[in-house]
Amino acid sequence: MRGSGRRGAAKWLSVYAVTYMVFLYAPVILLPLFAFNDATVVAFPLSHFTTKWFVVLWQTEALHGAVRNSLMVALSTAVFSTVLGASAARAAARYRFPGKAPVMGFIMLPLVLPEIIVAVALLVPIMQMGLSLSLWTVIAGHVLICTPFSIAILSSAFQGFDTSLEEASLDLGETRLGTFRRVILPLVMPGIVSSLLICFTISLDEFIIAFFLTGTDVTLPVYIWSQLRFPTKLPSIMALGTILLALSVVLLVLAEWFRRRAARRQGIEASVTGGLV
Amino acid sequence: MRMRLGLDREARRGLLLLSPTAGYALLMLAAPLVMVVTFSFWTQDYLDIDTTLTLNNYREAWSEPIYRVLMFRSLRISLIVTLATVLLAFPVAYFLSFHVTQRKALWLFLITVPFWTSYLIRVFLWKVILGFNGVLNTALLEVGFIEKPLTFILYNANAVVLTLAHAWAPFAILPIFVALEKIDRSLLEAAEDLGDGPLRRFVRVTLPLAMPGVIAATLIVLIPTVGDFITPRLVGGTEGLMIANMIQVQFGKANNAPLGAALAVSSMVIVAAVSLVIYLAGKKLGGKVE
Amino acid sequence: MAPGTNKGIIQLSDVTRTFGAFYALRKINAEIREGEFFSLLGPSGCGKTTLLRLIAGFDEPTSGAISIGGRPMAGIAANKRPTNMVFQSYAIFPHLNVAENVGYGLTTRKLSKAEIAAEVEKALAMVDLQGFGGRAAHELSGGQRQRVALARALVMRPKVVLLDEPLSALDKKLRDQMQVELRALQQSIGITFILVTHDQEEALIMSDRIAVMFEGEIAQMASPEQLYRRPRTKRVASFIGVMNFLPATFVAQGDDGVTVDITALGRVTIRPGMVPEVLNPATIDTIGIRPEMLTILSNDAEPAERSARGSVTGTSYYGDMTYYTVQLAGGGDPVTISMRNTAGRSVLPSGSPVTVGWGAESVVLFE
Repeated sequence: MRGSGRRGAAKWLSVYAVTYMVFLYAPVILLPLFAFNDATVVAFPLSHFTTKWFVVLWQTEALHGAVRNSLMVALSTAVFSTVLGASAARAAARYRFPGKAPVMGFIMLPLVLPEIIVAVALLVPIMQMGLSLSLWTVIAGHVLICTPFSIAILSSAFQGFDTSLEEASLDLGETRLGTFRRVILPLVMPGIVSSLLICFTISLDEFIIAFFLTGTDVTLPVYIWSQLRFPTKLPSIMALGTILLALSVVLLVLAEWFRRRAARRQGIEASVTGGLV
Repeated sequence: MRMRLGLDREARRGLLLLSPTAGYALLMLAAPLVMVVTFSFWTQDYLDIDTTLTLNNYREAWSEPIYRVLMFRSLRISLIVTLATVLLAFPVAYFLSFHVTQRKALWLFLITVPFWTSYLIRVFLWKVILGFNGVLNTALLEVGFIEKPLTFILYNANAVVLTLAHAWAPFAILPIFVALEKIDRSLLEAAEDLGDGPLRRFVRVTLPLAMPGVIAATLIVLIPTVGDFITPRLVGGTEGLMIANMIQVQFGKANNAPLGAALAVSSMVIVAAVSLVIYLAGKKLGGKVE
Repeated sequence: MAPGTNKGIIQLSDVTRTFGAFYALRKINAEIREGEFFSLLGPSGCGKTTLLRLIAGFDEPTSGAISIGGRPMAGIAANKRPTNMVFQSYAIFPHLNVAENVGYGLTTRKLSKAEIAAEVEKALAMVDLQGFGGRAAHELSGGQRQRVALARALVMRPKVVLLDEPLSALDKKLRDQMQVELRALQQSIGITFILVTHDQEEALIMSDRIAVMFEGEIAQMASPEQLYRRPRTKRVASFIGVMNFLPATFVAQGDDGVTVDITALGRVTIRPGMVPEVLNPATIDTIGIRPEMLTILSNDAEPAERSARGSVTGTSYYGDMTYYTVQLAGGGDPVTISMRNTAGRSVLPSGSPVTVGWGAESVVLFE
C-alpha cells in the first residue's frame, strides 16, 4: 500500500535527521565534558569532576586582555554594522533608484567572499600606507563582513514594512523625523536588536580577519589559536569554549525572543526562519 | 530641480540613504581589492617593494608545482566538501519542511546552535574526536569493532572534508529549507492527482522547485571553504593543506606579499569561474535561480 | 446637485504626472466643490490613485497646479496639507491601540492630553466605535479597521477627506452596508470626500459627482444619474452598467432634432436636448440603449411607443429580475433586456418569439 510506504519513508527520514543532529552536536557535547574533567589530557576516559579549569581562566591575565579587546571589537562592530546595515536595508526596501542592484550586490559580496580574501584585501593597503595594525583595523574588517548579515536580517523587517503606515503618519501632520521615531523605529526595533546581537556574536567568534589584522592587542579567537599549540593549556581552553557557547546560546535565545515578542505584539505571525534567511 | 541628473526626489533619497554603506564598501573593499590586484603585479625585494609591473608572480603561481598542487587540491576538497554538505543537508531540510509540523522553529534553532560555538574550538574538537587516541577510536576499540586505532581519519583530506561539512551544515540546510517551504503544496497534490507516484513527483516537481535553494547552498558553502585555512592546519596534516595556508605563509613567514596577492587573486578568479559555471548549470536545470 | 455651497474647494489645472515616457495623468482639469462626495472612477491603471496621491501631497505633479481652499499646494508636503487620507490597507499603526491611532495626528498639535482624549472619543463615537479606544490594532475586524482609519482622518478636521478604495478589502455584505453608512456620515458632517474606486456601483451609490477616468484622462465628469443616462462615449457607457450597442446611420439634422436609422429598430428622431453638444451628428455610427429601457411586451400589455420583433436566445434568472438575451429580427448583435419578475409574469423559455418595446427618449447617440 502506498500509504504505509510513505510512512516508512517518513520514519527513515526522521531516523536520518536525528543521526544528523548527533553528528552536528558531537563536538559540542564534548566541550563541557572536557571542561569539567580533572585531567590535563583532552581524551577519554574521563576522570573526576572539577571546576579548576575555570579557576585557571580566572587567573590568566593575558586572557582577560583578550576578552576586553574582543568585547570592544564586537560591540563597535555590532553598532557600526547595524547602522550601516539599517540604512542600506531601508534604502533598498523603500526607494527605487538606478544602480540599486549592482551596488547592493557589491555590499553583500563579503557574504560569499572567502574571509582570507577580505583579510588580505585590507592588509595590503594598511601595509602600503604604513599604518599600524590595531583593534580598529580588526573592527574595519569585521564591519565589512557583518554589514551583509545585518542587511539580511533588517531587509525582511523593512520589506515587510507597509509604506502606507509612513504615509499615514505624514498625512496626519507628523514630520519625517517624527515619523521615523514614532512609527518606523518601534516597528523595526526587534530587527535592530537581533542584528546587534548577531553581529556581536559573529565578531566575537571571527578568527581569520582578526588573525591577519590584529596588532599587539589580540582578540579572543587569536588568543585561543595561540594557546591550542600548548597541550597543557587545552583543558582551560575547553572551559573557555564552554563559557562562550553558553553566552552565544543566551544571546541567540534573547535575539529570537525579542523578535517574537514584537511580532506577537503586532499580531504578525513570526516566520520560522527569522530574519536570517 | 526635478530634472537634475534625471532623478526624482525618491531616487535621490534612496541614494543618499545608501551612500554611507556603499561608501564604506567602496573604501574598504573595492579600493583594497583593486590594490591587491595591483600589488600582485609588483615584486618583493627583501624589505622593499619593487613597483615595476611584472607578471612574474603569476608565472610562479601557475607554474611552480607546489602552488598548482595546492590550488587544485583546494578546489577538489572544496567541491567534495560542498557536494557532501549539500547531499547530507538536503534530507534534513526536506524532513524539516515536509514532516515536521510542530516546533519547526525549535528544530531550526537546534541546527544553528553548534554553528555559534567558537569555530576554532569546534575544529579542534574534531581533532580530539578523530585522533589516534581520540574519542572515535577509543569507542570503537572499546566495542571491539576494531583492533588497532584507525589512522586514515585524521591529518588528511578526509578529516578536512568531514570537519568542513560539519562547519557549514546550517548554511546548506537553511537555503534549501526556505526553497522547500516556498513550494505551494497544492502543486504536489496536482502532480499526484495527475498520476505521479512519490518518487516521480519528487523528481519532477519538488526537486526542480527546490533548485534555487540547492544552488544557493552550493555557492554559500563552496566559496568560503576554498579560503579556509584553520581546518587544514588543525586536522589536515601536510596532505590536507590548502591554498589559503600558502597565502597566509606568503603574507607571514615567507614575507612575499606580492606572491601571496597573486595567489589570492588567482584563487579568487578560479572560484568565481567555478561558481559561475555552477550558477549557470543550476539555472538551466531548475529554471529561475534567485 | 451637490449639497452645501457650490464653492470650489480643490482646483486642478492641467495636472500632469509622467513616469519616464509614460503619462499617468495628462492635463487633468477639474473643480471639486465644498461639501460634495466626489468619486474618481476607472479601471486599474487609469491614474485615479496617482491623482489622489497628488492631492494628498505624497507625490508632485510633473506640471500643472493643484490648489486647496484657494491655496496653491506646490512645495507643500503632505503633513502640511488640509487633507487626510483613508488608505486602502487602512495603515493602522500595528504597535498602537485604537485610541493612540486615532489621536496620532492630534499629538502634533498643541493640545492637552485630556483634550486629545475627548476628541478621540468623539471621533470614535462618530464611527460607532465608542469604548474601543483600548483595543489593540490586531484585535480589530476588517470593518472596524476601516472605521478606525476614518476616525483617525476625521479627528483632524480636514477640509477634504481622501479615500483610496476604502471598501475593497471588505466582503460584499459589509461593503454594501458601509457604502450607505459612509454616505450618511459624509452628508451629516458636510466635509468634502474624494473617493477612489474601480467599482461603478459603489461610485453611483455614494457620489454627488463622478469623474470617470481612462488612461490618465477624465472621460466624463457628471452626476451619477447623468453619467448613467447620458454617457458621452461608448467606453464610459460600457464601464457603467450594461449598455446595448446597435449600429446606426445619420440621416438628417433639423429643428426637431437628429434623425438616425437604427439597423435593428428603424428610424427615430432624437430631440435636440438629448444630443450632446460636443457630438458632431454626421459622425454618429452607433446608438446605445440600457436593458431596462427595453421591454418584452406581453399580448395584453399597453402598447409601447415603438416596437420590434425578435426571439429569446438565452435567459439568466436573478430572483427579482430576469435578464433575457434577444436576437432582434432586424439584425445586429443580440440585445440584453432586463425584466422585473412581478406577480403573474413567468420566465419565457429560449426560442420564444417576442415583441420588444422601446422609446426614443432612452436612445443615446455615439460617434
